[in-house]
Amino acid sequence: MIQIFLKEVNEFLNSLIAYITIGVFLSIMGLLLWVFPETSVLDYGYASMETMFAVAPYVFVFLIPAITMRSIAEERKNGTLELLHTLPFTNLDIVLGKFFAGFFLVVFSLIPTVVYYFSLNQLGNPPGNLDTSGIIGSYIGLFLLGAAFTSIGIFASSISTNQIVAFVLAAFLSFMLYAGFDSISSINVWADWSTYIAQVGMMAHYDSLSRGLIDFVDIVYFVGIVSGMVLLTQMNLGFKR
Amino acid sequence: MSIQVDNLLKIYGLQRAVDNLSFEVPKGKITGFLGPNGAGKSTTMKIATGYILPTAGQVIVNGIDVVAHPLEAKRIIGYLPEHNPLYFDMYIKEYLRFVAKSYGFDKAKVNRKVAETIELVGLELEHKKKIGALSKGYRQRVGLGQALIGEPEVLILDEPTSGLDPNQIVEIREVIKQVSQDRTVILSTHIMQEVEALCDKVVVINKGKLVADEALHTFKKRLTRTSGFVLSFESDIDPTPLVNAGFVVEKQSPTSFIVDGSTANLRSGIMAVITENDWPLTSLTQSGGSLEEIFQDLTKGES
Repeated sequence: MIQIFLKEVNEFLNSLIAYITIGVFLSIMGLLLWVFPETSVLDYGYASMETMFAVAPYVFVFLIPAITMRSIAEERKNGTLELLHTLPFTNLDIVLGKFFAGFFLVVFSLIPTVVYYFSLNQLGNPPGNLDTSGIIGSYIGLFLLGAAFTSIGIFASSISTNQIVAFVLAAFLSFMLYAGFDSISSINVWADWSTYIAQVGMMAHYDSLSRGLIDFVDIVYFVGIVSGMVLLTQMNLGFKR
Repeated sequence: MSIQVDNLLKIYGLQRAVDNLSFEVPKGKITGFLGPNGAGKSTTMKIATGYILPTAGQVIVNGIDVVAHPLEAKRIIGYLPEHNPLYFDMYIKEYLRFVAKSYGFDKAKVNRKVAETIELVGLELEHKKKIGALSKGYRQRVGLGQALIGEPEVLILDEPTSGLDPNQIVEIREVIKQVSQDRTVILSTHIMQEVEALCDKVVVINKGKLVADEALHTFKKRLTRTSGFVLSFESDIDPTPLVNAGFVVEKQSPTSFIVDGSTANLRSGIMAVITENDWPLTSLTQSGGSLEEIFQDLTKGES
């Protein structure tokens, strides 16, 4: 597994993919948090990173499928998947290696935003007047969300040899799981069921983490999604041969 | 017994790609795996590597069932796929190191194997290049290096020399010969000279079915016509004088004939008749005697 992981990370770093995705993500976050007057904290008057944590999932919905769309689809198309299959790797090695490489990139794109926390910490009045536990919770939520989106992206990539199909499918699934269920639950026909429907989606769990409440259930939810997707991908690799 | 294929069956939809195939590949020898395009060669080889699952039947490699214990089988099999897929963005050394590590070698062994393999397949001059920058012949060497680097006991090579120029073909064959001594090698090809130059054993399949499985020298004995000449003339001729001289004449067209006979000096005998009659000869070539003919005889049926 570690060999596949290193190979994938190397591939990201040797191509433009890593630099572009990280660059785009940080540009969007920076612009929204500091520059655009509608969302900037400087104009908002409160030292809070909420803008970033509210927008980041939607940016991830597009960026993560862009990272993962090639991972299996391209290898299948080029025939190099045959190579991986005939080397002493299990299907799980291949899927996990690719998953962790994608997740590594997500983590890497988030790390620089920690600087924003320290800047905001200084800008608060008095300095340090910031909801630190909420921010830590949000970061954990964002990491878990990134992991879930990555696993969905890898699964979509294993379905088709066409990268565009993989991208569109991954973006759709990610969006539906993140915001879709929440919106569906707000339709006025569910009565008592609406809370449960909202709980199926990621947003409910992400929001609860953002409040700084690290609930075991929320973590289990995200880990469950990742495991499920990894398992499906692994089965898919086994079926298609 | 090194590779044992037992009643192998692979069905794609309605097509029987491999149809109850059974044969054995002995250790320490090179076995040629022949058949026309689409006969099921690649499918059989892919099943043997554990990449494709068979519909029924089994492949035993050195006592390991590839379906039941794929990981153990993959450790002892080196495989060069048909179109030699490679990571074009990787450097040769990087790629070989990746493959070597996948076999679980420690760092020292990985470095040693990479250096050995680069020398073995003749990539010393190119070893700093990216795979994408290599010519086809060198890419094939990288592929062969990939198959060899894990010290496999069994080598499965799917058309190792396809698309190479004649010099490269000879070089790749040399490498295969060199590494075959203590290993089991099966290679698929449709070039008969390759079989003659390399193989000790021949397995021929057609439409997924076995049509021949024997040692090369037995295979060669299948030749029906060992001698004979194809004569072509500028204008129509009447071949009666040849028949009268005791030759067997088979008319292909008014200007071309296949002539055979039991005389020792067939060529000079035919020439004598030709000069005697002053026929306008344009070409005289030997026919038969080639493995192509056996191959065609075996595989042309009902196709």
